[in-house]
Amino acid sequence: MATETMTEKALEAAPPPSRSRRAALAWPIARRALTGVVTLWCISVIVFVATQAMPGDVAHIILGPGASSEQVAQLNQNLGLDQPLLSQYLDWLGNVLTGNMGDSIVSGQPVSELLSERIFNSATLTVIAMVFIIPLSLVIGLLAAVFRDKLLDRAYLGTSLIVTATPDFVIGSLVIALFGTVVFKVLPPVSLIPPGDAPWEHPRQLVMPLAVMVLVGVTYLSRLVRVSFIDVLESEYVQLAIIKGLSMRRILFLHALPNALAPSIPAASIMAAYTIAGSVVIEYLFAYPGIGSALVDAVAGHDLPMVQAIIMLMAAAFFCFNQLADLLGTLNKSR
Amino acid sequence: MIRTRPREQGVQAPPRNLTRRILTSPRTRLGLIMLLVMILFSVLGPFFAPHSPTAVLAKPYADPGDGLLLGADSLGRDILSRILSGGANLTWMAIAATFGGVALGTAIGLIAAYAGGIVDTLLMRVVDVMLTFPTIIMAILFISMVGPSRLILVVLVAIGLTPGMARVMRGAARPVIRREHVMWARTIGLSSSRILMREVLPSVTSPLLVETGLRLMWSVVGLASLSFLGFGVQPPASDWGLMVSENKDGLAIQPLAVFIPAVCVALFTIGGNLFAEGAARVIGRTEGARS
Amino acid sequence: MKAVEVTGLTVALDDGSVIVDDVSFGLESGQVMGLVGESGSGKSTVALALLGFAKAGANITGGKVVVGGVDLLALSPNELREARKKLIGFVPQDPATALNPALTIRAQLTEGMLGEKKENLPRIREVLETVGLPSDNAFLRRHPQELSGGQQQRVAIAMALGKKPELIVFDEPTTGLDVSTQARVLEMVAGLCADNGMASVFVSHDLAVVGTVGDLVTVMYAGQVLETGSREEVLLSAAHPYSIALLESVPSTRQRLPLVSIPGRAPAAGAKFDGCVFADRCAFVEDRCRDSAPPLVATSTGSSARCLRVEHVLQNQRCLVKEPLPRVESREEDSGSVLSVRNLNASYGRTQVLFDVSFNVAPGETLGVVGESGSGKTTMSRCLIGLHEDQSGIFEMDGKPLPPRLRDRSKEVKQQLQYVFQNPYGSLNPRETIANAVVVPLKHFYGERGKAARDKAKEALERVEIPWRLADRYPAELSGGQRQRVAIARALVCNPSLLICDEITSALDVSVQASVVELLRTLQNDGLSMIFITHNLAVVRSIGDRVIVLSQGRVVESGEVEAVLTAPQHPYTRGLLADTLEVDRSDAETSDLPG
Repeated sequence: MATETMTEKALEAAPPPSRSRRAALAWPIARRALTGVVTLWCISVIVFVATQAMPGDVAHIILGPGASSEQVAQLNQNLGLDQPLLSQYLDWLGNVLTGNMGDSIVSGQPVSELLSERIFNSATLTVIAMVFIIPLSLVIGLLAAVFRDKLLDRAYLGTSLIVTATPDFVIGSLVIALFGTVVFKVLPPVSLIPPGDAPWEHPRQLVMPLAVMVLVGVTYLSRLVRVSFIDVLESEYVQLAIIKGLSMRRILFLHALPNALAPSIPAASIMAAYTIAGSVVIEYLFAYPGIGSALVDAVAGHDLPMVQAIIMLMAAAFFCFNQLADLLGTLNKSR
Repeated sequence: MIRTRPREQGVQAPPRNLTRRILTSPRTRLGLIMLLVMILFSVLGPFFAPHSPTAVLAKPYADPGDGLLLGADSLGRDILSRILSGGANLTWMAIAATFGGVALGTAIGLIAAYAGGIVDTLLMRVVDVMLTFPTIIMAILFISMVGPSRLILVVLVAIGLTPGMARVMRGAARPVIRREHVMWARTIGLSSSRILMREVLPSVTSPLLVETGLRLMWSVVGLASLSFLGFGVQPPASDWGLMVSENKDGLAIQPLAVFIPAVCVALFTIGGNLFAEGAARVIGRTEGARS
Repeated sequence: MKAVEVTGLTVALDDGSVIVDDVSFGLESGQVMGLVGESGSGKSTVALALLGFAKAGANITGGKVVVGGVDLLALSPNELREARKKLIGFVPQDPATALNPALTIRAQLTEGMLGEKKENLPRIREVLETVGLPSDNAFLRRHPQELSGGQQQRVAIAMALGKKPELIVFDEPTTGLDVSTQARVLEMVAGLCADNGMASVFVSHDLAVVGTVGDLVTVMYAGQVLETGSREEVLLSAAHPYSIALLESVPSTRQRLPLVSIPGRAPAAGAKFDGCVFADRCAFVEDRCRDSAPPLVATSTGSSARCLRVEHVLQNQRCLVKEPLPRVESREEDSGSVLSVRNLNASYGRTQVLFDVSFNVAPGETLGVVGESGSGKTTMSRCLIGLHEDQSGIFEMDGKPLPPRLRDRSKEVKQQLQYVFQNPYGSLNPRETIANAVVVPLKHFYGERGKAARDKAKEALERVEIPWRLADRYPAELSGGQRQRVAIARALVCNPSLLICDEITSALDVSVQASVVELLRTLQNDGLSMIFITHNLAVVRSIGDRVIVLSQGRVVESGEVEAVLTAPQHPYTRGLLADTLEVDRSDAETSDLPG
């Protein structure tokens, strides 16, 4: 029968069904893991070179110009600086891998102990911020896309242009002036959390740093959501859906939303990565006890093991979020 | 509500005057004017400073008066003089870092795209590793040991801008390199450098302009933030980012010492962003991409 | 009452320029109307306007579209949505982008239908079987990207059929398909419309396609209907000078015909005219044609045409006879070869795409290389020019070995072997004037510069009929056909001994294709050897001396064009020839335009 031959013909050139999808994904993931290990190793070399292997006398930099030669010798021995570079690096790397980050030069306490609470505080702040950023960005981005080139969209674009361009510390200072000191004195201008307390026990201290993080994050993410929504709304399949006579609600939520969401998910992950860099400035500005402010203090105090540990940590976290974004993007494409 | 835009028939090459149209669109013009005003203000400002920016002339946070038009800062120095002379370093450093980063990134991106294969893979791996360090963290890392020299800051920010730039330019150049006119140039045996300069580079000037605007914004943000954290221009020299952090504790008493430098930095970066977004918008309209 | 009645349909851009002007036609149930036109004619805009839809930046400004007794253009937005759902089906040009990648086939098939989901499912299965697709649940659960191009197109057709509409609009649905798939889809479309009593409008740029499916044919140009009538009326006894010219420009697989191009350039969409829109390019033009727009009037052949001189045209065009070109004499075997290729194998990674391809090109000969998409013909041409590295084979040029890789080839070889690319929009540097484009190789190969180089460039551009006043324009300011001519001129200044033309007419409209083919014929007459790669058998018939047929990377047949196309030996060639559609011609040797 003619129909049967047509079926055969039509099936002939079809790509195989999705049985091998999982196998196809295994390789990219494995490759990513491998390059991940290599990249992290590169990071460790850079951190080591930038700190311990710098030309010039590390001990003098740490102790300052007025240090006596006994102090210098003592420190060199403590840090292993009198060893050859390669063995210094291997020692250091071994310690990092086993979680032993050494002792703080300033306080003498183990770095891991000093940092654990700080990490917890920073993570709390980031997680709470993301909880606000993601839904807000979706709603704002969608509204801006649907009302594209209308007053709402223009106002949104203008605002985001200014917010994107303004450094975090400027936004933060203005927010402090507005709510903390000059205009309304309703919130504490600094966000000190006493040691041992969980950050959420002091919600008033969290409002301003969170507000700055959310404002900056929403501006970034909602623009990506807006652009990917506009892309989708202009696509031929949305045009065909209109032509088929479907309702606006069905088109927006069933046809457009899943496709527009896909590129936004990796973007959220990238944003989380950038929050790490942004946290340095924001935590310093509000004197919030996270790892960002710890880094500033450590650099100011020439606390070598602290600097090494924090930067390794930040780079690794930043890298992981980036990889996650990449992976989500690949998963999405293979679908 | 939902509308679709007309699609061009076939792949239309960008018209030759795209670059000119970018430079004459109202948005990019406003951005350029803001940038120029801020650059002029920074460069000429020091000559108009009524006092030395480092001289202690009054009590900390003194009110305006006594020849101090805007009052005194946390150490009793003239705020106006510090503002007028606080942009010069930021400006030259940001411009130098931007051009360094843009030039290096463009070169890496174009070479990777053109060479392809192992060269491309290697360059992009290096770029990936570099991207693992946010600029500001990398700068802090090196400055923590070497100390905040201005030249090193410029180099660090330029290096920080390079990997992103290389990625974008590689992405922009790849479709151009697959275009037939580039293949044709290869088949008649034109040299690689000639092909890159004559056939490829002219076709990526639009993204180059957008990215340069963006990177200028990021350099200013980065350098000002580093100053704010105390890792940039060192006291007692004056600098807008530094002024914000020096005077933030006196915000309630003397808000101008924080506001004005903060606004100066913001005007500079908003100018850069206006330029970049205006350019992106013109390209989007022309090439059917979205802004 | 007719099933579909369109009157005075007008679409204008936001700036007021009219892109579809006063289009009227009617259709009975079960009839198919072929709407044919070149790019920019407004045919796709009409297709969308039939659904009361205009793309952003355009608006339907007047007219009526009455389907099943309802005037779509007079409805409120909500009523219009319901009417689209109930009355009209639409089959898009490119199903790959028009089907939603996030939804299953099933969701997309059922959502446009009225009534309950459960009742619709059996109907969907029935329709899928009609279009020759599986109807089981496993198939319904698939996503569009898991289907082949032909299957996607069938799903799109099933989607339009499912709700049993009064009218189906097909917007160039076979453009991306191979001739064999296209033939099957067209056969199906014609059958379905007749069986289900649906009216349909079938938009295409291809006269042969329209002639195959259409009971009626409407010819559009510059936003207007220039001629409309039954298939026989319009295709066999065309009355409008544009329809006649368009038919003359179509190559045939059956005869080696000279192709007649239409002088001048098609107007941009939205251009304004006082008189006849075709006056500037018409061979029959008189002064009065430019004064007022001619109305669509009935002609003595039965069709309607928008031409003041239609009766004069009808009488005079019949007097002219178009002679098929003389049979090409087969060349002597021992005259040597410009290029000889032995056992060419090529791969992309692990996939081998060419297998033992061998052929010769004799001096002055044009070798046609024919193949469908995926046959490896483009890879083959890239191997010849040295751009594809993953290959093995023995090349000889003028009896001397030719290294396979570009970097091993001498400057002299690079100058002798010239290549013209398929895509006219990418083959010229957009930031370089066309004069410069031609000067670059002069400077590179011969060290010529300054005035001497410009003089040579001028000569080359004039040889390809590009006037020198365009010399300082940029490619974006030229039409696709003009750009292709500049690319040919750029190859000619190198004094090539062999010109490789890779599908150089496939991106062009048929009347422009005719002018490029005729240009190549003049080069052929000057003794230039060429390799002409194409998927179009008719073009090969028109210009090739010998032909090789590529299928899945192998040469399945080769020989004189006459012999291969009159009596193909290999089943693949036979199938290809059978599936290639022809425009019916009144008889073997008919008409021509004056001039």
